[in-house]
Amino acid sequence: MNSPRPFLYIRNLTIRFPGPNGPTEVVRGLDLTVYPGESVALVGESGSGKSVTARALIGLAGTYADVKADVFEINGEDVLQYRERDWRRLRGSKIGFVLQDALVSLDPLRRIGQQLSDAFGERQDLPAKYDRSLDILQSVGIKDPERRLSQYPHQLSGGLRQRALIATAIAQQPSLVIADEPTTALDVTVQRQVLDLLKQRQRAGNTLLIISHDLSVVSQLADQVLVMRNGEVVEQGKTAEVLSGPSHPYTRQLLDAIPTASSRGYRLSPVALEHSDEISLIAPAAAPNVRIALPQKQIDAGRHVLVVDRLQKRYGRSTTGPLAVNNVSFELAAGEALGIVGESGSGKTTVAKMVLGLVDPDAGNVWINGQPWSRMDESQRRPHRAGIQLIAQDSLSSFDPRYNVEKLIGESLDAVGIFGDNRRRRVLEVLDAVRLGPTFLNRHPRELSGGQRQRVAIARAFAPRPQLLVADEPVSALDVSIQAQVLDLLAELQAEFGASLLFISHDLGVVHHLTDKVIVMKAGQVVESGDVEKVFAGPRHSYTQELLAARPSLN
Amino acid sequence: MTLDNPAFIDELPLGSPSRIVRFRHSLWSRVLGRVGSGVVVLWAAVTLSFASLQIAPGNIVNLLVGDQLPTPEVEAAIRAEWGLDEPLIVQYLRYLWRILHGDFGRSYVLQSDVTSLILSQLWPTLKLTSAALVVAIVFAVTAAVLTAGRRWPRRLASAAELVLVSTPSFWLGIVLLFVFSFTLKLFPVAGDKNFSSLVLPALSLGLSLGAVVSQVLRQGLENALEEPFALTVRSWGCSDLTLRLRHCLRHASLPAVTLTGWLVGGLLSGAVITEQVFGRPGLGKVTVDAVLGKDLPVVLAVAIFSALIYVVLSTLVDLLYLFLDPRLRTRNR
Repeated sequence: MNSPRPFLYIRNLTIRFPGPNGPTEVVRGLDLTVYPGESVALVGESGSGKSVTARALIGLAGTYADVKADVFEINGEDVLQYRERDWRRLRGSKIGFVLQDALVSLDPLRRIGQQLSDAFGERQDLPAKYDRSLDILQSVGIKDPERRLSQYPHQLSGGLRQRALIATAIAQQPSLVIADEPTTALDVTVQRQVLDLLKQRQRAGNTLLIISHDLSVVSQLADQVLVMRNGEVVEQGKTAEVLSGPSHPYTRQLLDAIPTASSRGYRLSPVALEHSDEISLIAPAAAPNVRIALPQKQIDAGRHVLVVDRLQKRYGRSTTGPLAVNNVSFELAAGEALGIVGESGSGKTTVAKMVLGLVDPDAGNVWINGQPWSRMDESQRRPHRAGIQLIAQDSLSSFDPRYNVEKLIGESLDAVGIFGDNRRRRVLEVLDAVRLGPTFLNRHPRELSGGQRQRVAIARAFAPRPQLLVADEPVSALDVSIQAQVLDLLAELQAEFGASLLFISHDLGVVHHLTDKVIVMKAGQVVESGDVEKVFAGPRHSYTQELLAARPSLN
Repeated sequence: MTLDNPAFIDELPLGSPSRIVRFRHSLWSRVLGRVGSGVVVLWAAVTLSFASLQIAPGNIVNLLVGDQLPTPEVEAAIRAEWGLDEPLIVQYLRYLWRILHGDFGRSYVLQSDVTSLILSQLWPTLKLTSAALVVAIVFAVTAAVLTAGRRWPRRLASAAELVLVSTPSFWLGIVLLFVFSFTLKLFPVAGDKNFSSLVLPALSLGLSLGAVVSQVLRQGLENALEEPFALTVRSWGCSDLTLRLRHCLRHASLPAVTLTGWLVGGLLSGAVITEQVFGRPGLGKVTVDAVLGKDLPVVLAVAIFSALIYVVLSTLVDLLYLFLDPRLRTRNR
C-alpha cells in the first residue's frame, strides 16, 4: 500500500518537568500520526497531558520541559534536533495555534490589524500585509474587515474576536492548525460559529488537531480521537467507533459525564466520591451502562421562597440608558431548582445581583419568604443574608487567599452565630458532605484543584443551612468530568437540605440536567419560561430554538 | 461573577457615531476633571503658603526680609507690596491675584524678583531631571527586558539594582566623580557648561531611580509573559525579543509609569544634593540658599512650584494610562 507521508509522525513521546521530588512525567509513550487533510482530537481532563503535548508540537512546552521521543517528525523533518531558530521558522508558517478565549489570547493592548501584521511574520511588506489581512478576515467570515483592523479585541463581540484569533493562526496558511480548547468558556452560539468555521476549513482539506475535554465538541470535528488520562493514551480510534462503543471505562465515564436530557435524575459521575486528596475517578469495571439515580427532591410547590416581580435595571447611573434587565418576573418554590439561561450580556447576572440584594432594582420587587427584600435597608437585610448563599464561577478569586479552608467555611457561620466547637463540628460536617476529609481544614485556596475549590465553595454555601442558593455559572470553568462530580454534589445536597436553587448558566445541557424550571433571557428580557422538559422539548420562541440548535451534541 | 456591562457595550454597533462621540466626550471630560482637580490642589498650596506666613511667630516684615536688617525703606516697600495695612482678606485676595499673574514677589535677600530667579534656575534643574529620567528609563527598560524570566541574569540584575537603590545618590555622585573625573579625567568636575558636565550628575540621580522602576517593570513583564496572549504571539513565529518589546512591555509599563511619575516628582528634592555635589546651578541650590538665608518669599514660591510640578506629573501619568491601555478609554467608571 502506498500511503501518503504523514505530516506529524511521533513515536513514544515522553515529556518531563523537573520538580522538587525529582522529574515528573506528564506525557508517557504517546504515539501520534496525523496525515494531511485529517482531523485528530486529543481528549482528556486537565492534567492529562493533552495541552503540553500540543505545545510540544510547536516547541513551546516550556523552558524546563524535557521532551524525548523515539521518532518526532514534522513535515518529514526530525524536530528533535531543532533549535529555537528552527522552531520559529516552523511556527505560524507550518503550524498555526489557536488557544481558548480570544479576550486573553490576543494582546488586549494592540489593534487587530497590528496583531495580524505580527502574525504574518517579517517576510512581507506592509501594503501586501494589509491586503492579505483583509482577505484572511473575510475568509473567517468577518464581514467588514477594514473596520475590524483598527479595533481592539475588547471592542469585538465574542464571535468576531474568536474568528480574529483564528485568522492570526492561519495568516501564513499553515499546513496544520492546532486548536487547544477553542470553544471552552464561550457562549453556545459563539461556540457554534467557531465549530462551523473549523468544520468548514476541515471540509476544504485543512489538517486539524483539536484538543478538548469535551467529547461532544470533538464529535463534531474529528475523524480520529485519542483519549488521554494521566499522560497516557488509554484509547484511540475512529471517532464514531470510540463514541458508540468505548472500550476503556474512562472513555465511558467521559461520555456519561456530559449532562443531557437523558441524564436527568441520574448521577453523571460513576460512584460517590471517596474522601481523597486527589480527585480520582474510580472506574467501575462492571456494568458501565447502569446509571445511578440521584436522591428525590422534596418540592413544596405552594410555598414560594423567592418571588421576582417585574424587575427593571438600567446600566450605570443614568435614568435613560438601555435596560440591562427589563420586566423580569419568576417564582421559585421551596426545594425547587430554577435555571436562568442566556448569553453573556443577557442580564442574567444582574438579576442574580438583585436577588442577592447587592444591586437595587430601578423598578419592581424581589420578595423573599413574603418579605419585600429589595425594599429593605442593608441593616434590615443583614440578619437574613445567611439564608441566601452564593456559589460563584471563579471561587479562586472569591476566596481570600490567606484563609484556610476552615476559616473560609467558618466565616459563613458568623452571621448565624455558630462559634467554637459547634462551628468546627459544622465545618467538618459540610466538608464531609462534599467528600473532603479533615485533612483539608488547613489547606489554602491555591493548594486546591479547581474541582476541590468548587466543592469547598459548595460546602461554604450550605454551611449556614440556607433556604436559597444562587449559583452563577458554578461549573463553567470546569472540565466535563469534574463538572459531573460538582453537579452531582450540588443535586445531592440540594435534595438533602431542601434548599431552593437559582442556577445561572449559558450551558443548556447543564440546566436541562439539573433544574426543574427554566427561564430563557435575551437582552434583559425573558423570552420563554416554564417547565424545563417542556421548554426544551418544544421551544416556542425562535431564540430558544436557536440556542438549542447551537449546542453540540454527540452523534 | 461575569460582568454584564462590558459585554453589553460590545453589542452596540461598533464604530457608530454615537460610540465615537461618547469616547471623545468621556476623554475630554476626564481631562477637564483632571485639570480642575489640579487647579484645586494649586489653590490649596497657595492658601497654605499664605496661612503659614500669617501663623509663623514674629513680625511678617521681619519674616519676609530674612537674614538682613530691615531698613525703613525696605520695610515700607514690603508693606506696600503685601498691603499689610489692609484687612487680612484683602491681603489674601491680593496674594492670590499676584500669583495668578505669575508674580511671586521680591526676594529682599537676593534683591531680585522671585519669579525671574526661579525661571532662570528652572532650566538647569529641568535639564538635570530629564537627563536623569532618560538614564532611568533606558536602564530600567534594558535591564527588565533582557533579564525578565531568565534565572541567572535576573538574579544578577536584581542584586545590582539592590545595590543601586540602597546607595545614597550623593555617595554614588562622589564615587563617579572620583573615578571618572579625578582619576580618568573623562568628565568635568563641576559646573554646567556643556553636555559632558551633565553626564555624571544624571547618572548619579537616574541610576537609583532606574533600579526601582526596573524591578516593577520586570515583575510586570514576567506577569505578561505568562499571559495566554504571549503563547499566541510565540505561536506566530515571533522572536522572544519582539514579544517582549512589542507586546509585553506595554502591559508592564502601566504600573511602572505610575511609580515613575511619583519618583520624578521626588527627583526635585533629590536634585538638591546632586546639584551641591556637582556644583551645578538649579532650583535645588536656590532652595537650599533660601532656607539657610531665611528668604521666605523664595521658599514660598518653591513650595507652590513643587505643588505645580506634582499636579502636572500626575495628570500626565493619567493621560499616559489612557494612551497605553485602550480598554480604559471606553469605560465610564
